[in-house]
Amino acid sequence: MTLELRNVSKVIGGQTHIYPTDLTLNKGTMNVLLGPTLSGKTSLMRLMAGLDKPTTGQIFWQGQDVTGMRVQDRQVAMVYQQFINYPTMTVYDNIASPMRLLGKSRAEIDASVRKAADLMQLSPLLDRKPLELSGGQQQRCALARALVKDAGLVLLDEPLANLDYKLREELRVEIPKIFEEAGSIFVYATTEPEEALLLGGSTAALFEGRVTQFGPTPTVYRQPVDATTARVFSDPPMNFLRVSKTGSKIMFGDGQSAPAMGPMESLADGRYLAGFRPNHVEINAHANGAMAFETKLVVTELTGSETFVHLDHHGERWVGLVHGVHDLELGAALKVYLDPRHVYIFGEGGELVAPASYALAA
Amino acid sequence: MAKITLDNLAHSYLPSPKGEDDFALKELNHDWADGEAYALLGASGCGKSTLLNIISGLLHPSQGRILFDDVDVTHASTADRNIAQVFQFPVVYDTMTVRDNLAFPLKNRGARPQYIADRVQQIAQMIGMEAELGKRARGLTADAKQKISLGRGMVREDVNALLFDEPLTVIDPHMKWELRTQLKSLHHEFGHTMIYVTHDQTEALTFADKVVVMYDGRVVQIGTPQELFERPEHTFVGYFIGSPGMNVIPAAIDGQMANIHGATVALPQAYDALDGKVEIGVRPEFVTLTEGEGLPVKVRRVEDVGRHKIVRADLFGSEINIVAGEDTSISPDMTRVTFDPAHVNVYVNDWRRAGKAA
Repeated sequence: MTLELRNVSKVIGGQTHIYPTDLTLNKGTMNVLLGPTLSGKTSLMRLMAGLDKPTTGQIFWQGQDVTGMRVQDRQVAMVYQQFINYPTMTVYDNIASPMRLLGKSRAEIDASVRKAADLMQLSPLLDRKPLELSGGQQQRCALARALVKDAGLVLLDEPLANLDYKLREELRVEIPKIFEEAGSIFVYATTEPEEALLLGGSTAALFEGRVTQFGPTPTVYRQPVDATTARVFSDPPMNFLRVSKTGSKIMFGDGQSAPAMGPMESLADGRYLAGFRPNHVEINAHANGAMAFETKLVVTELTGSETFVHLDHHGERWVGLVHGVHDLELGAALKVYLDPRHVYIFGEGGELVAPASYALAA
Repeated sequence: MAKITLDNLAHSYLPSPKGEDDFALKELNHDWADGEAYALLGASGCGKSTLLNIISGLLHPSQGRILFDDVDVTHASTADRNIAQVFQFPVVYDTMTVRDNLAFPLKNRGARPQYIADRVQQIAQMIGMEAELGKRARGLTADAKQKISLGRGMVREDVNALLFDEPLTVIDPHMKWELRTQLKSLHHEFGHTMIYVTHDQTEALTFADKVVVMYDGRVVQIGTPQELFERPEHTFVGYFIGSPGMNVIPAAIDGQMANIHGATVALPQAYDALDGKVEIGVRPEFVTLTEGEGLPVKVRRVEDVGRHKIVRADLFGSEINIVAGEDTSISPDMTRVTFDPAHVNVYVNDWRRAGKAA
C-alpha cells in the first residue's frame, strides 16, 4: 500500500499554495507534516485526500492513478483540529457511523466499535452524547471513528491542538502505538517540533508551500538539508551567526576561531552561516576547545529545572536553554560557550554544507 | 497597578450549594503582590477561568470579597475595575487599521494625540507590527490579529492589572517565543500586575514570577517555577508540571529509608511513622538508568525528543519514566535505576510531608 504524489502542485487565483511536490508514503508508516501556520500542511492533506484537485501532477494509490477520484470513492479518513462528531448520536453511534455507511454487519460493527473505544479509553462513555464529554474525550471519539473506518489513508490535521497540555502529552504517546497496530498510512500535521519528535516515523518539513526535506524524523532533526528546515524543526528557534572560513580555520567573529575539522575541512574559503540549537549553548565552559562569545543577557525564563537565556550578540538575538536554575542579572554581560561539534554550517544560499559532527555520531 | 486580595473567596454555579463538591472554586485566601506576574495553571475544569472571571468582574462570587489595593471591588463592574484583558481568540475591529485598533483604548479615555502616537509606535515595535500599522485588520492572519489584541491590552499604562486568558493558543510556536519574551520584558519595564491563565506548563513557568497551580477547584500550590519543580506540594503538581511528570511510587518509610518491594532508597530527611497512602515522588530528571546497582527495571521504549531521550521502563509492574541526555546511549545491559537522594519527596495521601532535618 503506497500513496505517491508526482509533481503535485496547487495554484489558487495566481497564488501558489503548494509548489511541485514528489512524495511517496508507505503502508504502516507515520508521516508528520511539520511547518508553521500557512506553510501548506492543510493544502497538502486536502490534495492527498482528494478534497482538492491538484493544478499539476498526479496522485497514485497502490500504483493506480486516483487524481480525479472523489474523496467518497477513496479509502480516506480525516480528523481535524476542531472536534467533529454528530451531536445527536451517542458515542457508540458516532464511532459506528462510517461502518454503517459501508453496510457492514451488526456483529462486525459491534466488535470494531468496542475495540476502538477500548483503545481510546471511551468504553465507559459509549452511551453518552458528544456534548456531555470533555474536549479530550470528544476528540478521542473523532479519532476512534477514523480508526474503525479501516481506511488505507488516515489524515490527522493538528488533532491535539485544542486539547489540554497534559492530555496532549498522553495521546502523543498513545497515537503512534495505535497506528503501528492499524497498519494504514498515517499523515499527521503539526506546527510543533517536539510533537514531531514524539510521534517519530518520518517527517516532511514544510515552509511556504514547499517540502524542504522528507526522511526519518530524527534524521531530519539532526541532519537538516538547509537552514529553512533547521529553522522549521527547532523550538526555540535555531540561532545563527555569520562566519568565514580562511585556510584551516573557521572564524566566528569576536576574534574566535575553531580548527576546521571533519566535514568542514574541505570547505572552500568564504562566507557561511553557522547554526546551533539553544540546548547546545552553555554558560559554563567545560568542553575542550569550546568557543566563548560575549553577549548581553536580555531576558531569562525558568522552567523549573532549566533556564532559557535570551541573548543579544552584536544585535543578533540568540536563545540558550541551560540546565539548572540560574539567577543572572538582566542587561549584564554574559559569556556563553559553544562546542564546535554542535555547529552546522550553511552556505550563503542556506544549503547545508557541513553537518554538525555530533549529529553524525548520534 | 494594584495588590489583589482574595478574601474568603469561593464560587458555586448552583443556586444553593450543599457541600464543598458543589463549589467550582473552593474557599481561597491570598494576597497577590503589586507588580508581580502570576500564572494560573491547571487542566480544563479546574476553576482557573472561574477565578479569572471573578477578578475581572464578569462573575460575582457566591461568597467572600475581592479587593484591589484594599478597596472592595466585589460588586464593581468590569469597567470600574480599570483592568485590561486579552482573550484566547482575537478581538479586533476588522474595518479599522492596525494603528486605530491599538489606539482605541487610549482615544476612548481622551489621551493626548502625541502621547497616543508615541505609545502606539512603541507597542507596534514590541509586537513586531510597525510595518502593518496602516493596514486594515481584515485579511490579517489569526496570529497577527492576536498580536493586535495583545498590543491593545498593553497599550494603557494606568491599569490596575492585566489579565490574559490563554492568549497564545492561536499563535505559532516560533511567534510564541517572541511574544512571551516581549511580555516578560514589558513586565520588567513597567511592573504591571499580571495574571495569566493557561493549561500550558511551559507558558506558565516561563512567564510568571509565581505559578498558582489549581486542581479540582482548589489552589494546591503557589510557588516559583523552581519550587514547583523541586518540591511539589501535591502529587498533582508533580504530575502536571514536568514532561513527563513526576514518578510516584508506593513505598514504606522507615527513618531515612524508603522501602519499595524489598529494595531500599535513601531519603534526604528522616521520618517518623506515617499513616495513610504513602508514596515517594521522584522526577524523571533525577532518575539514572545504569548497569550497576539500583532498583530493577525493564526498558520498554526509548523516545528521542531531540535534546534528550525519554526512557519508558517497567518498575515492579508500574511505569517509570527516565530522562537521559541526548548523547547517552541506552544499552540492553541497563537494568537498574538509581534516584538522586536530594530530590526524592515523600507524600502521604497525595500531600508532601517534610521530614526531620537529618
